[in-house]
Amino acid sequence: MKIHEFQAKDLLRAAGVAVPRNIVAESAEDATKAFTELGGTLAVVKAQIHAGGRGKGTVKEHPQQHGVQLVKSADEARQVAQNLLGNSLVTIQTGPEGQTVRRVIVEEGCDIARELYLGIVVDRGAAAPVLMVSSEGGMEIEEVAAKTPEKIFKEAFDPEVGLRPYQARKLAVKLGLRGPSLRSAEKFMRGLCKAFVANDCSLAEINPLVVQGNGDLLALDAKMTFDDNALFRHPSLKELRDLAEEDPYEVRAGDAGLSYVKLEGNIGCLVNGAGLAMSTMDLIKLHGGEPANFLDVGGGANVDQVTEAFRILLDDKNVKAVLVNIFGGIMRCTTIASALVDAYKTVGFNVPLVVRLEGTEVEQGRKILAESDVDIVTAEDLTDAAKKVVASLS
Amino acid sequence: MSILINKSTRVICQGITGKAGAFHTKNCIEYGTNVVGGVTPGKAGEKVEGVPVFDTVAEAVEQTDANATMIYVPGAFTADAILEALDAGIKVIVAITEGVPVLDMVGVYEKVRASDAVLIGPNCPGLITPGECKIGIMPGYIHQPGKVGVISRSGTLTYEAVWQTSNLGLGQSTCVGIGGDPIVGTSFIDLLGRFQEDDQTEAILMMGEIGGNAEEQAAEFVKANVTKPVAAFIAGRTAPPGKRMGHAGAIISGGKGTATEKVAALEAAGITVAESPADMGTAVQRAMQAA
Repeated sequence: MKIHEFQAKDLLRAAGVAVPRNIVAESAEDATKAFTELGGTLAVVKAQIHAGGRGKGTVKEHPQQHGVQLVKSADEARQVAQNLLGNSLVTIQTGPEGQTVRRVIVEEGCDIARELYLGIVVDRGAAAPVLMVSSEGGMEIEEVAAKTPEKIFKEAFDPEVGLRPYQARKLAVKLGLRGPSLRSAEKFMRGLCKAFVANDCSLAEINPLVVQGNGDLLALDAKMTFDDNALFRHPSLKELRDLAEEDPYEVRAGDAGLSYVKLEGNIGCLVNGAGLAMSTMDLIKLHGGEPANFLDVGGGANVDQVTEAFRILLDDKNVKAVLVNIFGGIMRCTTIASALVDAYKTVGFNVPLVVRLEGTEVEQGRKILAESDVDIVTAEDLTDAAKKVVASLS
Repeated sequence: MSILINKSTRVICQGITGKAGAFHTKNCIEYGTNVVGGVTPGKAGEKVEGVPVFDTVAEAVEQTDANATMIYVPGAFTADAILEALDAGIKVIVAITEGVPVLDMVGVYEKVRASDAVLIGPNCPGLITPGECKIGIMPGYIHQPGKVGVISRSGTLTYEAVWQTSNLGLGQSTCVGIGGDPIVGTSFIDLLGRFQEDDQTEAILMMGEIGGNAEEQAAEFVKANVTKPVAAFIAGRTAPPGKRMGHAGAIISGGKGTATEKVAALEAAGITVAESPADMGTAVQRAMQAA
């Protein structure tokens, strides 16, 4: 689960990690007041959307307006907030439609001496959370990893113990943080690691982390995502979810216990299991088609879930054909076949439907389909299914 | 021989009185697995599918000499269930459960790796030695005793591969679904080593997917240590790069993690890579013919 920058900063502040003072504003009026309240000399207005790349992103309705801007007067704060609020911010991560800005933060300015990067993820190889730092603040870590991997330093830590003080100092010195900055870095890094564990994060990223003129560290930006599997033990974090920021179809799918990702193609896919779902997309592409989505109905889907899955698929107007690929394990082919027939009747299909069934109770499942009056193209195997669904488009 | 489990394996089920636990215990017994008991705290004395239920794994082991367990308890309790099995001396621990908090697995992983026990999963379909022992949720009938050792990160994709090798008459020695979570107990490399040592296994088929760098490490291991023919398939060649699923793991490994890079690493290690998921069986067949 993702949250906004201001929410992440609230969590970090509560954990004793240094973040700048800021005020959330939902109107230009509030932004103006906030500017004055923060001292009235210098502040930064930042659009609050989940997507990254806000600083370079531009507002669709005001192409000169970026998502993050330094302001030096209350009037300027008002103008920037007005340009942002209610309009669409287009960034490298939002797609061409952009994301509507519903709130901004007005944040006090600071004295920036250096910009660094700091991030925590759970590393598969180390089987532990890993704190990674880089001197290249403000740059995407993926880019640093690809171009100058020698500029990234890492320390794995035990969640039960946290980052040990010496580990923090080791990383700090690699970044050239000595003197008063060394202690500030130790406190900052250990606090961030503690907050990562306490909130069951899957990612925590401070980019940039700034070293101020006096040597102290400060989180200029903050990003936190949480492990969905652990949300059951954090009821207060659940309340931070902002549904307006999420794709409505992905939300619907999630509510129904399905995993869905919209893609650009025109062949809808309904598959059980993530690996097989990805492979089915690959197969469609291999045979000259373009998948419209990733959709995993999971191991034990019932009739209601499958019906909802079809509704979501068919709501996408790009979808010109549907491929169902089921290898029954826990899920019986009879369940999926009955659900298919049901969904066909209730949802109403106006595109060709190719079905490939294999696995548990496959014969009975095929029989249900054959005996129904549903217009289905059945496929013998994977290749046959892909060829038939691609052919159905022409 | 097969690896990890065979007809003499004595299996218990943790969470046996739950819906999933009871259902799959029944299926495993029907397949021929020697299920000797189950565990659900507070339900000692009951019976499920004719096998006795115990309050603790320690008691179950004491009474039944169990040496393997399959875990179906909810995600919130899975870490504890694994540690309980480890403490009771179980040697093959199979965690089927999906939805385990990742940070719970950090400490568990360390303790399991420091022991002589093996953990498969979590979030996996389990493992099966065809005709002898099934510990997991896979449909038994698609398997056939035979020559190919199968390793996969995914459930249904494994069934697909198994089905193809059965239809080609190759059969399988043992099939292991290692699980799709960021931290799982057993890696490709652990199993490649075991299959290399196993007399029954003549070839190995592995299914990977985008994210992380387990496949690249497996490729290096194969190059250095495996003399048997190996074939592979990587799922997710068409997955969109903008979506950050599993991306963070790849960053740490120095930018590795895309399907293209994985395929290149596998091919460089002399592994036969299936272009299409429909060709996983024929890929391992080609690898065997070439050897």
